[in-house]
Amino acid sequence: MTTVAAKPATMAQALQRAMRDAMAEDPSVHVLGEDVGALGGVFRITDGLAKEFGEDRCTDTPLAEAGILGTAVGMAMYGLRPVVEMQFDAFAYPAFEQLISHVARMRNRTRGSMAMPLVVRVPYGGGIGGVEHHSDSSEAYYMATPGLQVVTPATVEDAYGLLRAAIASDDPVVFLEPKRLYWSKSSWSPQAPTEVPPIGKAVVRRPGRSATLITYGPSVPVCLEAAEAATAEGWDLEVVDLRSLVPFDDETVCASVRRTGRAVVVHESTGFGGPGGEIAARVTERCFHHLEAPVLRVAGFDIPYPPPMLEKHHLPGVDRVLDAVARLQWEAGS
Amino acid sequence: MTVQELPGAGAAAYRPTPPPAWRPRTDPAPLLPDPEPYRVLGTDAPLDRDLMLRLYAELIRGRRYNAQATALTKQGRLAVYPSSTGQEACEVAAALVLQDQDWLFPSYRDTLAAVARGLDPVQALTLLRGDWHTGYDPHEHRIAPLCTPLATQLPHAVGLAHAARLKGDDVVALAMVGDGGTSEGDFHEALNFAAVWQAPVVFLVQNNGFAISVPLAKQTAAPSLAHKAVGYGMPGRLVDGNDAAAVHEVLADAVARARRGGGPTLIEAVTYRIEAHTNADDATRYRVDAEVEAWRAHDPIRILEAELTSRGFLDDDAKRAAAEAAETMAAELRERMNADAELDPMDLFAHVYAERTAQLREQEAQLRAELAAHEDEEAEGNR
Repeated sequence: MTTVAAKPATMAQALQRAMRDAMAEDPSVHVLGEDVGALGGVFRITDGLAKEFGEDRCTDTPLAEAGILGTAVGMAMYGLRPVVEMQFDAFAYPAFEQLISHVARMRNRTRGSMAMPLVVRVPYGGGIGGVEHHSDSSEAYYMATPGLQVVTPATVEDAYGLLRAAIASDDPVVFLEPKRLYWSKSSWSPQAPTEVPPIGKAVVRRPGRSATLITYGPSVPVCLEAAEAATAEGWDLEVVDLRSLVPFDDETVCASVRRTGRAVVVHESTGFGGPGGEIAARVTERCFHHLEAPVLRVAGFDIPYPPPMLEKHHLPGVDRVLDAVARLQWEAGS
Repeated sequence: MTVQELPGAGAAAYRPTPPPAWRPRTDPAPLLPDPEPYRVLGTDAPLDRDLMLRLYAELIRGRRYNAQATALTKQGRLAVYPSSTGQEACEVAAALVLQDQDWLFPSYRDTLAAVARGLDPVQALTLLRGDWHTGYDPHEHRIAPLCTPLATQLPHAVGLAHAARLKGDDVVALAMVGDGGTSEGDFHEALNFAAVWQAPVVFLVQNNGFAISVPLAKQTAAPSLAHKAVGYGMPGRLVDGNDAAAVHEVLADAVARARRGGGPTLIEAVTYRIEAHTNADDATRYRVDAEVEAWRAHDPIRILEAELTSRGFLDDDAKRAAAEAAETMAAELRERMNADAELDPMDLFAHVYAERTAQLREQEAQLRAELAAHEDEEAEGNR
């Protein structure tokens, strides 16, 4: 029986609901991974799916990420739509070869005759006090691979809408779930899910006039908070939530930067070789004559993810964002 | 610290009774391979005449195909060709043992298996000639793309077979891998998943002696590659990979077993790679001629031909017909491969995603403009 999620709903509940609705609508949707069955996943995102749809539709696999994704490839070859759960960000690395060598390029190498309609769900990022290998922001690795779509929700509504879109997509999607937002809440109703635009559309979360914060996933709430705090300094910041890193929405991002003339990219991932470099370059190439200051980056430090007791120093917080915004008071010769 | 070393533990140390899940669930004995590779040719076993003649004709065609493809490499028509000369019995048996609805998962050396299954010989060479990657629709012949990374196609075979069984379809997947590929993690994971799920899969390892230059003794310490099956809880079979009748029989048993829900089987076919790994390899650096010559004496075509002739199955007419059919195939292949492939550069962007992204549309426009400019320059030069 369908039960009504208690309001307010969490992102975790929205993700679970998205899989359940997709499975109910389409018998070809299968969920597989380690602990996704009886346990409902270590974050309970697959809670109840095995009970409702049976173990053939929500399958506890042996503990082997390459095997999980590799068998999902074969399932997709036979017409199923597998939704794979990687338990934590850094646990997904053994599956990299399958992802890079097969999932990402199967459509291309078969000249369109074999699609890979599968979703790889990866709980990612820090801020939950996880020990080593439980807090990586691995999005840059995925972004660097043509053929993959890379998506990360920041709100409960988007978590539902984007996961439904990812499962419906005929191309593979790396679905990055910001695990510290799993318990974020919203008055979202599972009975009347909000319409979410297709994968590849960014959204302006907060309109503003004096600078744009370009961000995604776990850093979206940080930027919204920073934007509120910045009003005291006379800054009216616009916050753009990318939602999709690949495909990248140049249009929304550049329209915003052209309006505001200043931009800061904010993410948890490392700065060097991280997504911010690519985003800053794209914005500079397209909006150079509109820019009043260099595009700045606020990122995690270029270090292996730190131990839980030190992660607060690593993760970009409101103060670090505000410091960057202050540096946007850049003038020629200064 | 072991239980015995725990403080206070006396001679009668506490030994908990293992819960039922700890007990071995399978008697390993029936899973163990025979100590010697299984052989049919040279024994008194009855042979199916029609099947043997079909195997023979395909072996002759396959040998000719290998020779032609190797020649095309020397002419620069193929970027690379990993020859399966000497291994034709495995290639042909793997193709012939499957029904139409079954799937074949070949590695890069298994072009011949794809051709023997009915794939157009030119299409089968698409990857190796550098014309895109997969020159055929995998669904049309139920042949997965030739796989270059080692053993990564094995979990695909498991997943496909598992999916087919979930849908209630009568489909068996046959996955091919070399001896070197058995060292890869994907080999282990595929076998483990297949056994746990009891997926209708057959794993065929062609042990041809070398992973490029590394001999089997440096690849594994296992008694045989077929022994690896026991650890996963599936039967392992060891077969003479140059005995086409034996390979076909062992594969047919395993396929039938998978088809009736008996689960996966691991088969090691002991064979030999007569040619070098590819044209980029110098096999004289790591093996001696005497070894190659010994294996030539145990050539799959030679031993099948001798057996079929002595049993009166094969006469000169049949031999001539097989040779002529092979020659016709080779001539046609040569002629078609001598034509330059026509490639559309715009296809670079066509199949990255179902729909081109805005970024790819921009790059496509860039390349189109470059090509137009180049054409203009050429027209200018010709004037």
